[in-house]
Amino acid sequence: MDLTLFVWRQKGPADKGRLEELPAAGISPDMSFLEMLDLVNEELIRKGKEPIAFDHDCREGICGMCSQVINGIPHGPQKKTTVCQLHMRNFRDGDTIYIEPWKARAFPVIKDLIVDRSSLDRIIQSGGYVSVHTGGVPDANTVLISKEEADTAMDAAECIGCGACVAACPNGSAMLFTGAKVSHLAALPQGRIEAARRVCMMTAAMLKEGFGNCSNHYECEAVCPKGIKAKFIATLNREYIKAIPGELIKVRGKSGSD
Amino acid sequence: MILDGKCPTGPLAEKWDKRRQDLKLVNPANKRKYKILVVGTGLAGASAAATLGELGYQVEAFCFQDSPRRGHSIAAQGGINAAKNYPSDGDSIFRLFYDTIKGGDFRSREANVYRLATLSNNIIDQCVAQGVPLARDYAGYLDNRSFGGAQVSRTFYARGQTGQQLLLGAYAALSRQVKAGTVRLFPRTEMLDLVLINNEAKGITIRDLVTGKISSHAADAVCLCTGGYANVFYLSTNAMGSNVTAAYRAYKKGALFANPCFTQIHPTCIPVTGDHQSKLTLMSESLRNDGRVWVPKTGADARHLKDIPEEERDYFLERKYPGFGNLAPRDIASRAAKEVCDEGRGVGPGGRGVYLDFSNAIGRLGREKIAERYGNLFEMYEKITAENAYEQPMRIYPAPHYTMGGLWVDYNLQSTIPGLFVLGEANFSDHGANRLGASALMQGLADGYFIIPSTIADYLARTVPGQASAEQPEFQKSQEQVETMAQKLLSIKGKKTANDFHRDLGRIMWENVGMARSRESLNRALKLIPELRAEFWENVRIPGSRSELNQELEKAGRVADFLDFAELMALDALHREESCGGHFRIEHQMPDGEARRDDDHFSYAAAWEFKGPDSNPELHKEPLVFENIQLATRSYK
Repeated sequence: MDLTLFVWRQKGPADKGRLEELPAAGISPDMSFLEMLDLVNEELIRKGKEPIAFDHDCREGICGMCSQVINGIPHGPQKKTTVCQLHMRNFRDGDTIYIEPWKARAFPVIKDLIVDRSSLDRIIQSGGYVSVHTGGVPDANTVLISKEEADTAMDAAECIGCGACVAACPNGSAMLFTGAKVSHLAALPQGRIEAARRVCMMTAAMLKEGFGNCSNHYECEAVCPKGIKAKFIATLNREYIKAIPGELIKVRGKSGSD
Repeated sequence: MILDGKCPTGPLAEKWDKRRQDLKLVNPANKRKYKILVVGTGLAGASAAATLGELGYQVEAFCFQDSPRRGHSIAAQGGINAAKNYPSDGDSIFRLFYDTIKGGDFRSREANVYRLATLSNNIIDQCVAQGVPLARDYAGYLDNRSFGGAQVSRTFYARGQTGQQLLLGAYAALSRQVKAGTVRLFPRTEMLDLVLINNEAKGITIRDLVTGKISSHAADAVCLCTGGYANVFYLSTNAMGSNVTAAYRAYKKGALFANPCFTQIHPTCIPVTGDHQSKLTLMSESLRNDGRVWVPKTGADARHLKDIPEEERDYFLERKYPGFGNLAPRDIASRAAKEVCDEGRGVGPGGRGVYLDFSNAIGRLGREKIAERYGNLFEMYEKITAENAYEQPMRIYPAPHYTMGGLWVDYNLQSTIPGLFVLGEANFSDHGANRLGASALMQGLADGYFIIPSTIADYLARTVPGQASAEQPEFQKSQEQVETMAQKLLSIKGKKTANDFHRDLGRIMWENVGMARSRESLNRALKLIPELRAEFWENVRIPGSRSELNQELEKAGRVADFLDFAELMALDALHREESCGGHFRIEHQMPDGEARRDDDHFSYAAAWEFKGPDSNPELHKEPLVFENIQLATRSYK
């Protein structure tokens, strides 16, 4: 296959950036999208030009590192697929492909297709955990968890933190990501105790990082490579509403809970 | 040099408790005076950094990815072992210990493996307490599945994403410490040198991968948790960034490298389809619980596989190893697959593949049940191959996976450099010559959560805190060396890319130091590797500069280390005149093709000491003493 690529090139955060036209010749349909870019890069290097900088690591669709907007869709046209798992058989000979980085205020561009997603880490750091110490915990079977709850938790926990949801959202919202973490932990007895505090802290962190709010476009769900459902945003909202009275009472110095 | 594993004396089951009694403690008020560097944030690194931070030490954690959540442990699919015996099928700590020792072909340390088996139970408790959603049955109890090399169901799992969920648990614990201020994170940084002061590890030199800035971090101790080196084969199941650099540079500073030739070839990976391929994808070993492996009985068969009747199929694992069948350990299953392909009975393009067939299981359990167990793996397979494995068998072939060799450590996980601790896959200690499935996650977490917090305290308690500073000449010198190497790489301006060299190296390694090695092939590799290395230093081309984000420079540095390390690996494979686990020497096999181990001469860990760039490394031996088990021929028949 022979393709024409338009790739976002940006030297650094201060650079304005532009789309560069690059040919991609002799592409096998069995190649992954990143292997296609590898090939383009090797050609560039041999010609003494700078290769396209892009993030990737496991190339198995699980590490969440790869991040490219392909023809306007984060991770490209195939449903529930990361860029590394997108194969060239999804394209046709002679196609023109536009490749851009995640675009969101909370994800500044570092170089070319690489963006800084550390804001997602800071959301987790604000409270996306169970505050358990290492050791001194009870036997794993002393807390029974129904299969349904465990499955719900797992459905949410599958999020790989790639940030496609943010990139697809017209508001640049991180509510699918945050909702997934909040829902995962709220579904389990171990996570319930801190649920109110957690949802308030994580929501505040989201705002602080410059992510927008959800206004029900469902673009996040449409592009999520792991199929995380937008219903977890509803769970996030519900957990938040449940948390507010209790957290307010705490703020006013009164005891008790909701 | 006498290599002392420092294993405690006394009964096996009491060794770790005894050691913990003997280890010194650091007073809680003094802990905050000590700084510890943790390099790598996979399962071992994240759990270590989180726990050390929680104990009150100042911790700095480094990873080359943009977030610690992306360590390659995340890709582990199948599960994690523990000797809980929840299914009451006869499991015990001793049995897990025995299976692991046997699985490792009797080339690991008894005391370490027993400790690993014991701690496995604590790991499950810890992870469940963190909210890791391990699979449950309808009554709410934890569910188990079975894995290669065992006849009990001791593997806990979270769908096909067990590594991901365990890592996210450790990452959450780490994130909590970042918030608490005990851990500082340094993502997008790469360790390029280990710094010694008075022969003790007191810091590292790093490159900031965004700005290119070289800087030093001084500390009281260093933990390397940097994973394995299977990418020496270029194509492997490892993440693209996985490399040997941190371990190799520590080796050059005096840490001994043990058993580098013990590399595992995983039997269930998606076969290579063409030259364009950048990596190989593993399909979880758990698939072999329900999938049956076969090839046509007679050579290449042009018929559609559905037209090949049952009696003309060779279920070779079930035939050769009736006791374990499709769940034979990885090295055994890999070699068996290679053998039938060598006979010309392989399937798929190039004849390098065997079928992994679910039709029986689907008939027995229904498609829904299979989808519930392995759905995501089937999806992944379809994305890569465009084949639907519910309708036709998967094609699989062995690929380089986990590396059992690593930096030599004693029972306290300390390397031969005082103050340098090595955890998880980066060390050599627990898996011998072959790693059984679902035990890498176990080791990473046991080392990080439960072992290092005790053993590092003993070292620190004997150390005055804050003695090292990045202003010291040792750090300056290290920075200069790192800068010089980068400058040298950039100045070559040759014709081939770093990837070209890596691919060439991979070919040499796979063909000569791969699944089966011979004296002849190893000597060939030892001739070819230095030639390729010499060419690399004359002909590599790296665009850009060193004071910016430069992925080619990163890659070239790693390839340079792989080119050095490959030679060490071949040397180790050459000296080990026996077959064991992942190391198969064709000169040493039974008449029926099974591996022939030589306990009289090779029952030791081979630890290599760097003697300078132009000299051969020196071999040191740590004898492996087995007090509690009988060395037996490893049979799965």
